[in-house]
Amino acid sequence: MKSLTNRALAVVSALALALSSAACSAGTGPDPTGTGPANATAENATAWALTGGSEEAFRASFDRWNSSHPDATIEAEWFANDAYKEKIRTSVGSGNAPTLIYSWAGGTLADYVKNGSVADISSAVAGLSSKVLPSVLANGQIDGKTYAIPNNQSQPAILFYNKKLLAQAGVSGVPTTYSELLDAVAKLKAAGITPISLAGQSKWPELMYIQYLTDRIGGPEVFQAILDGKKGAWSDPAITEALTKIQELVNAGAFGDAFGSVTADSGADTALVHTGKAAMVLQGAWVYPDFLNNAADFVAAGDLGFANFPAVGSGKGDPANIVGNPANFWSVSAAASAGAQKTATDYLDAEIYSPQMIADLLAVGAVPPVIGLEDEIAKADNPEFLGFVYSMVKDAPHFQLSWDQALPARQGQALLDNLAAIFLGQQTPEQFVTAMNATLV
Amino acid sequence: MPTKLSTGRRGVERLPAAMGADRRPARRGPSLWLAAPALALFGVFAIVPLLGVLALSFTDWDGLGSPAWAGLSNWARILADPLTHEAFVLTVKVTVFSWLTQAPLSLLLGVFMAGRQRYRAVLSVLFFLPLLFSAAAVGIAFKSLLDPNFGIGAAFGVGWLSQDWLGNPRLALWVVLFVIAWCFVPFHSLLYQAGVRQIPASLYEAARLDRANGVQQFFLITLPQLKYTIITSSTLMVVGSLTYFDLIFVLTGGGPGNGTRILPLHMYLLGFRSYDMGGASVVGVFLVVVGLTVSLALNRLSGAHKMESQMEGL
Repeated sequence: MKSLTNRALAVVSALALALSSAACSAGTGPDPTGTGPANATAENATAWALTGGSEEAFRASFDRWNSSHPDATIEAEWFANDAYKEKIRTSVGSGNAPTLIYSWAGGTLADYVKNGSVADISSAVAGLSSKVLPSVLANGQIDGKTYAIPNNQSQPAILFYNKKLLAQAGVSGVPTTYSELLDAVAKLKAAGITPISLAGQSKWPELMYIQYLTDRIGGPEVFQAILDGKKGAWSDPAITEALTKIQELVNAGAFGDAFGSVTADSGADTALVHTGKAAMVLQGAWVYPDFLNNAADFVAAGDLGFANFPAVGSGKGDPANIVGNPANFWSVSAAASAGAQKTATDYLDAEIYSPQMIADLLAVGAVPPVIGLEDEIAKADNPEFLGFVYSMVKDAPHFQLSWDQALPARQGQALLDNLAAIFLGQQTPEQFVTAMNATLV
Repeated sequence: MPTKLSTGRRGVERLPAAMGADRRPARRGPSLWLAAPALALFGVFAIVPLLGVLALSFTDWDGLGSPAWAGLSNWARILADPLTHEAFVLTVKVTVFSWLTQAPLSLLLGVFMAGRQRYRAVLSVLFFLPLLFSAAAVGIAFKSLLDPNFGIGAAFGVGWLSQDWLGNPRLALWVVLFVIAWCFVPFHSLLYQAGVRQIPASLYEAARLDRANGVQQFFLITLPQLKYTIITSSTLMVVGSLTYFDLIFVLTGGGPGNGTRILPLHMYLLGFRSYDMGGASVVGVFLVVVGLTVSLALNRLSGAHKMESQMEGL
């Protein structure tokens, strides 16, 4: 009975989407009167953002804004990661988007721009743009116009490790090359410790391995060709070698024998590291606050180490390259009224990366991609980690946005599914390449 | 009453209808307008969306902008997709194994719950509990219990319980089937309990006089008398397993790999992860057609549509 209702619900919601999009495509064009947001009177606006991570910094900034602008408030709603990703696109598509749209830029932003769903905010946020690291800012720009502006911290994928466990297994320091990594895996396994914790059920943490290995082996050009949709781009030997190395790690027992039921949303993968069950975890910088919250003693004792992903001996890629999310971004909905758009851009200009917000972000262990932060970081708590991330981001020759976000949704999902099959040993690298090339047609 | 006489035997069979005919001979039963609210709701929330999904299945739509006409290309693409084939095979497996485990279990439990044994009431309440929990809650609870690192096995130090239950492609489907059975057996037991309580005690008294033992009574009286309950419960199980979504979504999200990606989940992931609304609609239409066919076929094959009495001669 319950499941019948569910089917009905799924069907109804799909139809509702169809109807509402048909209705809105006629009605809500961007600002028909031609008065740009700059001349409009500010009105109340809305924003949707994610829980966890930088949530507290956002809440504080909205509170500050609302108390000083009672006539142009921003009402924020908060969502969990996966739920948000599924909700926002249909809301944007049906013209029900909030004024401020939270995103990862990449393929989704390109779709929004193509569809005219987000406003060009180049001139409105010019001042803010000059504060941001250019490599990060570039993610929100399409054809030279700014459609999205970074709003929180940079999130490169970092190799976190438990110093005590490495020492206990006789591993001298964190692996800096792939062969050292294999060596560490063997020693840790022999010592009865899971070498690397991997949230296999969430699938996306597996991406970090193929992203880093491909970059280290073949450089950033390999994925750029895929992103450009070049026919057969997945056939690059760097991809095959990266996949072979992944299976080599799996077969060496690097991820233990139960990674398939570990999830990242619940923080189970980082918990394995701070509870002393696994030695390393490759995760985004956003898990650092989790370590601080859930294992304050562990961090305070200096047992948590962090490093960039190891180099691959013969590889072409610069070992200083990083992958992950350059930041999250705010876009302004083109379907919002001119007044609401004005409120939104005024808010961005006044609050994003204001000294207070930067301090709030640093306080939760988040490093904003802002130029010249060295002094603030030195004054904050945990300067060692913050400084590590800041120089990692600032000095990276290339910062690759997570592939599933960079690619169009359909290709990104196929990538996650096929990669999971690689980790489970259900697919050979050749089968993976064939399956992924088929998505480029 | 002359009208009754004139309608003859049929009038006797359909007594309520015949009574309506007393006042207005042209029409039997209460006004059809009484069904209007139900029909309107059904139309708005079932028929119209269904037609909408059918229309969407012929379009390309990524959730943004307007759907673009795509003809039969979605159908060709989705029906040729190995992922769809895999999902179909998995759905058949889930349906068959769900029925094979749930039907006998709930029948036996239902018969037990209908009896007069000691502690029956207490045990019945316990059996009934899973029905009170939402699928999401059950999913989250089992996911935590079955976690190989922090779950029940690790908590009690029982090594064999610390399997990679939901992450091992060879185990995950069976674990999911177990949790589904845990969730749905109570509901079907309830159906059987009600069914058993309807069987006249005189049948059993007669059987006891003929010295039939418990097993014989079960196979010769209980089972045949429950024919329509079995059909109803089986139809619900089979059609229900074509639409399992929430539990599996929470437990595994279709993983490991695509190890538990059954058709309803396939539809959801296509629609709301890949934003391939056209492809998702193809799967949706396919599910509706299969569901309707299966439930109609069950009804026809079992003769339930005739709804003959099981108590002739009593």
